[in-house]
Amino acid sequence: MTAQAVAREEVVRAPAWSPAWISQRLQKVLLHVVVIGLTAAWMVPAIALFTSSFRHFEDINSTGWWTALAPPFKFTVDNYAKVLSSGNLGHSIFNSFMISIPATVIPTTIAAFAAYAFAWMKFPGRNYLFLALVALLAVPLQLTFVPVLKTYVSVGLVPQNWGFVGVWLAHTGYGLPFAVYLLANFFRALPSDLFESAEIDGAGTLTVFFRIVLPLSVPAIASLVIFQFLWVWNDLLVALIYVGGTENVAPVTVTLANLSNSLGQGWHLLTAAAFLSMIIPLVVFISLQRYFVRGILAGSVKG
Amino acid sequence: MDLLIQDVPTLVFVVVAVPAVLAIYIVGTEYLVRLLPDKQRPRVRPWFWVGPALVFVTAFLVLPALGTVVTSFQDHDGNFIGLLNYQRQLGDFPTGGAWIAIRNNVYWLILYTLFVLFFGLILAVLFDRVRYESIVKSFIFMPMAISSVALAVIWGFMYSYQPADAPQTGTLNFIVVNVFHQAPKTWLSDPTVNNFALIAAAIWGITGFAMVILSAALKGIPGELLEAARVDGAGELTIFRRVIFPLMMPTVVVVGTTLVIFALKAFDVVYVMTAGNFQTDVLANRMYKLLYQSDNPGGASAVAIILLIAVVPVLIFNLRQFRAVEARR
Repeated sequence: MTAQAVAREEVVRAPAWSPAWISQRLQKVLLHVVVIGLTAAWMVPAIALFTSSFRHFEDINSTGWWTALAPPFKFTVDNYAKVLSSGNLGHSIFNSFMISIPATVIPTTIAAFAAYAFAWMKFPGRNYLFLALVALLAVPLQLTFVPVLKTYVSVGLVPQNWGFVGVWLAHTGYGLPFAVYLLANFFRALPSDLFESAEIDGAGTLTVFFRIVLPLSVPAIASLVIFQFLWVWNDLLVALIYVGGTENVAPVTVTLANLSNSLGQGWHLLTAAAFLSMIIPLVVFISLQRYFVRGILAGSVKG
Repeated sequence: MDLLIQDVPTLVFVVVAVPAVLAIYIVGTEYLVRLLPDKQRPRVRPWFWVGPALVFVTAFLVLPALGTVVTSFQDHDGNFIGLLNYQRQLGDFPTGGAWIAIRNNVYWLILYTLFVLFFGLILAVLFDRVRYESIVKSFIFMPMAISSVALAVIWGFMYSYQPADAPQTGTLNFIVVNVFHQAPKTWLSDPTVNNFALIAAAIWGITGFAMVILSAALKGIPGELLEAARVDGAGELTIFRRVIFPLMMPTVVVVGTTLVIFALKAFDVVYVMTAGNFQTDVLANRMYKLLYQSDNPGGASAVAIILLIAVVPVLIFNLRQFRAVEARR
């Protein structure tokens, strides 16, 4: 990293106040202006929601959110207080973790196995099987609910007996096509010299997979984990179908949906609820972000 | 709180046992494969590695999809009626049956896919060059962390409409009235703009997805390669066109394919913001309405099959892409 930074400095550096130096500086400034400008524009809808979540119900409906940013300030935490005080939010956050963690771990692991086979093993029908898997991305999930639920009931895989197992398995099935597609793409991009030199060293398939492929694919796996976790965490439909709306098993999304229905006209509470339910996914994203680094591959082929 | 304590064993079980079982599976099957003679091993091994994935997608996606094919040829009571369901959906071109939904899906397909790819690529490349990359990335990513219901609330604030003489509460109409001095628009019910309004909300929601994956691919390009190009005096635009973009192409194809399929399956935003009214219907929403509101499983299945068939060209494109990558190895 530092060696690269030094190299870059040397390439870029031009004498101060020379035309080349000025144009480089201008390009830098332009870059920052564009980056910050785009990000700021992107934030506008979210800032609108955030501001509104601290406003009184009547104000939200009569004036624009930007008026709240000028005096007189009339902010309130009522919306948050109502959401937090209405019962079971703590327990449903726990339920959301109980659903989301296995529903992320299982498909990611299974997808890594399958993606490795699709990327680096030879077997008849490989490409067509892989394309069929991609095609399954297009199956509308709403169609699968009734047949899968019928099967679950007939084999007794219901929440009363098995807790969240049914919903983990369903999320695994639904998440796998994308997971395999993404990982296989990244595995395939690894240089083939890696595999050849490992084979010459007599490394077995398991060694190559666990010691070489997985460590080199950390950015791809981190992004997959983020997306799968997010999709499961924010899912309402699948949870309603396979878990149901009962209080002790409901995840956050179901609890919030019930909340806004039962309080009637409760949609303004959704402003606060939306921000509360965003916290966990954002923490996951920010904590996994350090795995998105350049240069994991650097040096792996040499020697 | 008691409930939480009761659940702790389950949580431990989940976090420890699930990965353990999966690891035992792959190590155990490798042990079994080793028992085979040398020549047999490469032929048998792949099936153990893809096996679990195939079992899951067969149970949860393939079998229901096959059931859908059968249902699409049946009436409500399960009698075979040939292509009648398809004829009802595709009969009255250009405004009857599913045609409004198909037209809107074409809008989604083109605008959503291209804009998300464009923004995702631009943001990934630009952010790669600034030190505060992780902060700006988190901001762009934030909409991904929001559920579709919350997304509808947010864009409700953007698109809300008040009559011209009242103060505007929607951000967009405020700009339209006070900056451009035009009459406020009913963004969600005016058929000339509402599809684009919905697509814009969806683009905002998903761009973080494209940015993160493309950025992961960008990080996979060895730094030495870019340095070498810079030392040779290549401009930044040339480096992007000649070095970065070609190396990222397979990932652009993956993200593009996924986005095309997301566009075909577009449901959440339409369902929560307009429920498909005012000529904003899309295929997935139409299917949902036929299935759960009109109690017409045959029609819903026919719409789903139309949606599946629309993916075939994308698959052919992907097949070509694999072959090209394979040939370069």
